[in-house]
Amino acid sequence: MRLPLPEREVMTPGHLACQGCGAALTMRLALKALGPRTVLSIPACCWSVIDGPFPHSTVNVPLFHTAFETAASTASGIRAAFEILGKEDVNVVAWAGDGGTYDIGIQALSGAAERNDNIIYICYDNEAYMNTGIQRSAATPLGAWTTTTPVKHPKSEPKKDMVSILAAHRIPYIATATIAYPEDLVRKLERAKETKGTKFILILSPCPPGWKTRPEDTVKLSRLAVQSRVFPLLEIENGEKWILNMNIKKPVPVVEYLKLQGRFRHLKEEDIQRIQEYVDKEWERILKRCGLA
Amino acid sequence: MRKVLMGNHALSYGATLSRVQVIAAYPITPQTQVVELLSEIVADGKLKAKFIRVESEHSAMAACIGASAAGARAFTATSAQGLALMHEMLHWAVGARTPIVLGNINRAMAPPWTIWTEQNDSLSQRDTGWMQVYCQNNQEVLDSVIQAYKVSERVLLPTMIVLDAFVLSHTYEVVDIPEQEKVDEYLPPYNPPYKLDPDEPHAFGGLTGPDGYFELRYIIEKAMEESREVWRETGKEFGEVFGREYGLTEEYKTGDAEFLIVASATIASTARVAVDVMREKGKKVGLLRIRVIRPFPFDEVRECLKGRKKVLVIDRNVSFGFGGIFYQEVKSAMYNEEHRPPIFGIITGLGGRDVRVEDIMEMVEDVERREKPEDIIWKGVRV
Repeated sequence: MRLPLPEREVMTPGHLACQGCGAALTMRLALKALGPRTVLSIPACCWSVIDGPFPHSTVNVPLFHTAFETAASTASGIRAAFEILGKEDVNVVAWAGDGGTYDIGIQALSGAAERNDNIIYICYDNEAYMNTGIQRSAATPLGAWTTTTPVKHPKSEPKKDMVSILAAHRIPYIATATIAYPEDLVRKLERAKETKGTKFILILSPCPPGWKTRPEDTVKLSRLAVQSRVFPLLEIENGEKWILNMNIKKPVPVVEYLKLQGRFRHLKEEDIQRIQEYVDKEWERILKRCGLA
Repeated sequence: MRKVLMGNHALSYGATLSRVQVIAAYPITPQTQVVELLSEIVADGKLKAKFIRVESEHSAMAACIGASAAGARAFTATSAQGLALMHEMLHWAVGARTPIVLGNINRAMAPPWTIWTEQNDSLSQRDTGWMQVYCQNNQEVLDSVIQAYKVSERVLLPTMIVLDAFVLSHTYEVVDIPEQEKVDEYLPPYNPPYKLDPDEPHAFGGLTGPDGYFELRYIIEKAMEESREVWRETGKEFGEVFGREYGLTEEYKTGDAEFLIVASATIASTARVAVDVMREKGKKVGLLRIRVIRPFPFDEVRECLKGRKKVLVIDRNVSFGFGGIFYQEVKSAMYNEEHRPPIFGIITGLGGRDVRVEDIMEMVEDVERREKPEDIIWKGVRV
């Protein structure tokens, strides 16, 4: 019998993540798929702390901590070195949060993507600056509370569409994933491993302290995000061929996803309606791009 | 082989002869020819290297750091605004102990937009932990790149090779290009003790509290101190192999000099001619050129200044609210000395204003007339 997930564990116990951290589970699954011949370039983000203080490390693969806006550019340098040194069999992975991807790191990411540097860029997206104490990022969804979008002025803009921005770079492979569908996540990383050029993987990573959720709901929330069409599971080849991995025919109302999260507690019925309408509209757009409309 | 080279191409040849493996660079006037020639050399297959055409200088330095940490010899070049944009990563290169070599063309900072020479761009990076070499001619530019890799890789600190915009960067001079075999003999391949290696996984730069960070800074300072002797030793060895010896400083007609000029970069070349002219007129003048300012050459400066009647430090830079930067450094190096001469400092040539032989002679005459030093003396400013 073939197990749907690799049995191997690359990451070791002892990480410093909060209880129920989506980003910690994401790393565990990602390293199962990527294997030990992997090097990580990690900018300022929760994972700068999760891995453990010097001299401890829990990932068990080489990890280079780098500056906030340089996940991609540092990874490009590592890849260039490995190419010239004849180490072609190593996965060079930029591993960044949403702040380091959607905001401060977008320039370096765009540069690497335009050059089609042979790296895997993984964004674990917890939808705010969680490591600094829950401040708004460009990935924070419409209507969410953060410490810089307080309840009286929750975020009035929708989340930046990072996937379309990367698709516009025509990189060979883009995928979205969640820990609620680990087989799908692992398959996508295995595909990224086999693909030459820049790969971008966006993984939704619920954050109990930042989302004001129960630690035991992290997987449930990841599933609800997909089932409510808030976070579509996608693959995009060469920026052109969009594939919807899970066509949600009977979606769960968005409110079911929102009501488990304290960051949306202040929302009134009309606000929730507005979010539902936004999600519906986005879904239509995705269906069109996937040729399913 | 002797060739007529512009200063920028001297950097490119220095990097090529050093067999750099990863180059990451972004264009900025007046640096562009450095990377144009390198990209051609790499594209022609004459140098086995990867050239990453990054989208900013910040990414250039980040890519060099990643490459160096992964075990490759890395090179970049920039100037002024580009160097300032790199600032965060200059600190990172030092903390990560990545022995990168960077060519910086000294250009004045904007605004207003300008492209001519001044040292404020590189001197603003003085406290990052980069070693800094100020060159006086194109031969020294080429040679210093090779020497810098040898020193940097020994002490695991990066080096900045600095040359004046246009006065060197775009000026053609005869340069002796050493034979590759000799360079290979002088400079062994880069083989760092720790690197990003899946067979021996380590985390680099992880969170460190007050119980560990202090010591990490202490060992950087120790490496910087150790590098002084490495610069001297490798500079001497350079002389043995290539016939051109280099120190942290260079003295010219200092033996009996009562009046000593201290200068750096191309102003030092001009000052050398001024010394000759003044010597013909019977003035006992000498020149101390500071080539390496980090690590600071305390021994050389103290020894050379001892017993002089007057010292003049010429600065093509200004630390606003304090004065000339070489001036403050030389003064502070002498403060605890028993026999310290009066030291005068003149700021001149900012933004690439020409500094001629007669200007330097006038500065010497001006200082001769003065009894006591002042914090700042300006030369040539039209106010």
